Amino acid sequence: MTKTVTDVICPFCGTLCDDLEVVVSDDGKQLLEVYNACVIGTEKFLHSQAKDRVTRPRLRQADGTWKEISYDEAADYTAQMLAKAKKPLMYGWSSTNCEAQSVGNEIAEISRACCDNTAAVCHGTTLIAVQDIGLPTCTLGEVKNRADRVIFWGCNPAHAHPRHMSRYSIFPRGFFTGKGQMSRKLIVIDPRVTDTAKMADVHLQIEQGKDYELLNALRVALKGEWLPDVVAGIPKEKIREAADMMKSGRFGIIFFGMGVTQSIGKNHNIDEAIAVTKDLNEYTKFSIMPMRGHYNVTGSGEVFAWQFGFPYSVDLTRGFARYNPGDTSSIDLLNRGEVDAMFTIGSDPGAHFPISAVKHIANVPSVCIDPHLTPTSGVSKLHVPVAFNGVETGGNCYRMDNVPIDCRKVVEPPAGMLTDEQFLVMVRDRLKKLKGAA
Amino acid sequence: METVTITMKNPPALYLEADNVSPDAFAGKTEAQIAELSVHEGNTTTTLGKYFEVSGNAGATAADTKIIVKGDVKKVKYLGFKMSAGELVIEGSTDLYVGAWMTGGKLLAKGNVEGFAATAMKGGELIIEGNAGNYLGAAYRGDWRGMSGGKILVKGNAGSDVGMYMTGGEMVINGNVDVHLMTHAEGGKTIVKGNASSKVGGQMVDGTIYIFGSIDTMMPGFKPKGEVELEVDGVKATFAHYIGDMGERHKKRKGAIVYANLYKKI
Repeated sequence: MTKTVTDVICPFCGTLCDDLEVVVSDDGKQLLEVYNACVIGTEKFLHSQAKDRVTRPRLRQADGTWKEISYDEAADYTAQMLAKAKKPLMYGWSSTNCEAQSVGNEIAEISRACCDNTAAVCHGTTLIAVQDIGLPTCTLGEVKNRADRVIFWGCNPAHAHPRHMSRYSIFPRGFFTGKGQMSRKLIVIDPRVTDTAKMADVHLQIEQGKDYELLNALRVALKGEWLPDVVAGIPKEKIREAADMMKSGRFGIIFFGMGVTQSIGKNHNIDEAIAVTKDLNEYTKFSIMPMRGHYNVTGSGEVFAWQFGFPYSVDLTRGFARYNPGDTSSIDLLNRGEVDAMFTIGSDPGAHFPISAVKHIANVPSVCIDPHLTPTSGVSKLHVPVAFNGVETGGNCYRMDNVPIDCRKVVEPPAGMLTDEQFLVMVRDRLKKLKGAA
Repeated sequence: METVTITMKNPPALYLEADNVSPDAFAGKTEAQIAELSVHEGNTTTTLGKYFEVSGNAGATAADTKIIVKGDVKKVKYLGFKMSAGELVIEGSTDLYVGAWMTGGKLLAKGNVEGFAATAMKGGELIIEGNAGNYLGAAYRGDWRGMSGGKILVKGNAGSDVGMYMTGGEMVINGNVDVHLMTHAEGGKTIVKGNASSKVGGQMVDGTIYIFGSIDTMMPGFKPKGEVELEVDGVKATFAHYIGDMGERHKKRKGAIVYANLYKKI
């Protein structure tokens, strides 16, 4: 016999779908089938059942081989590494729950570390822009029920957030959007003809790296001022047409992704996009929302901001929280050789950081806490596998629109495996003893 | 004026935060007292004397104190932090936050400096003989007040985000600048003798930019206003005049709408 667990939360992307159904064996030890999830979410659930999964911590030996050690030994190693370091970097946090993140923050405070989440290579620039000029935003429910103008700027939800369009932004029939897709106009701004762009009513195929100019031109068009003939490869008539289309809606939303946050201009692109949103509110209701990647990167920002006052790239080395991306951000810290220990959890900088930064990870004492085998676990001295959050343990997570949703445990982890939070508590208690903290 | 010379003897393994190396912090102190001032390497706090050899006593006040920094200080941050008077000479290249929040005095860096130099500078003079990094004379994160007074001269090139949120003061860059010059500025003046990259003056409300070389891509929000004859930094030439940023909000002064001005040498 099997049993079906309903209303399961998907721990993959920031859309945090909450309508999954998972079939598990009667004893709750095996996960058999996943329904309603996208192909990536399904794979995430099924991957927990991999036969070759690493289930115990492993320490790299002098000859390059791994030696299996106990969780106690792994916690000792981690605590000692953090206690010894002058400037440890604790990076990741986006694929674990808020409870573990909060324990991590206690560890960071005791060891006076730099702590950062994956926003550093993702929507961190968005957070800088929000600090500069604010954020008129809304929830995904409002988008579903109200939005008749949907703009995707530098993002491709068809592949990166596969169910975003069917659950919230394009297809669903909401309270005021009864005709679903027919009630909405879709504008896509992307230099590539992506699968999202193919669905658009208007696709502005912008020249790469000219987002700031086009956003500026939209603001000028909204004010009816003079424009050059072509901006960012788009004729001015088309820009004015797009501006009019945005103005004429009842409720508009701009979704944006890595295409604008990590291309030239960075935080200024978002700054200008928020300013466009603000300007549009003189004509109609408009909101803007970042397409957050990891399922709990938003939560990590919330927990950092709640406990330290800043959403990412926090430097605690002086005993108080400081924040200045460029100085306190992970890639800069690693590239400049500013840190002497690396602690990674719930993220894979080995795959996402520039190779120069990854080389530095390999040069310092390092710990990687991750259920998977990743490039980061490959370069780290200690790899601590843990239970899959959202599959083998529950915990609080934040959706991309800052709505907190509790993940659910659907299946037991392999015997004897700890969760992120349980392991971090072991490290914290040891570190307190080493540092003589109360 | 009394001169204190500090020479790097034991370079830090990581980076050093030397926010006490300023005429204000040194003023009224003897050689031995200066060596006891705190510095920070990561989460450890030690003394200046552990890394630097200190020679000479400081003057009674900051204005009477001149500091000369010798040796390799490429891994030292915050030199001249919050200085209000006196002089500081850095003989080589140095790291982040040179002259950050300075309000007066004269700071000369003979080599290159990294980012965030003259963050929120209020007064005084900063001369960089080499290149400057990103965020020169810009606001601190989240603040809307960048450089508001004083003068900066960069003999080499400067990075991106120069003069972000600038509200006053004057900057001359003899070389080139990277993207986002004077973004969000509400005042002040920047002269670039070399070329500027794109996004010059984006979201600018007030203030003036002079570019002697080329601009990669003009901001669409800057509207051509014809040509003018000007004398800028001793050079007489014809400049193309633009006003902007037309997409941004505009201030009013004596009933008239104020725009930022961009002059590009023809």
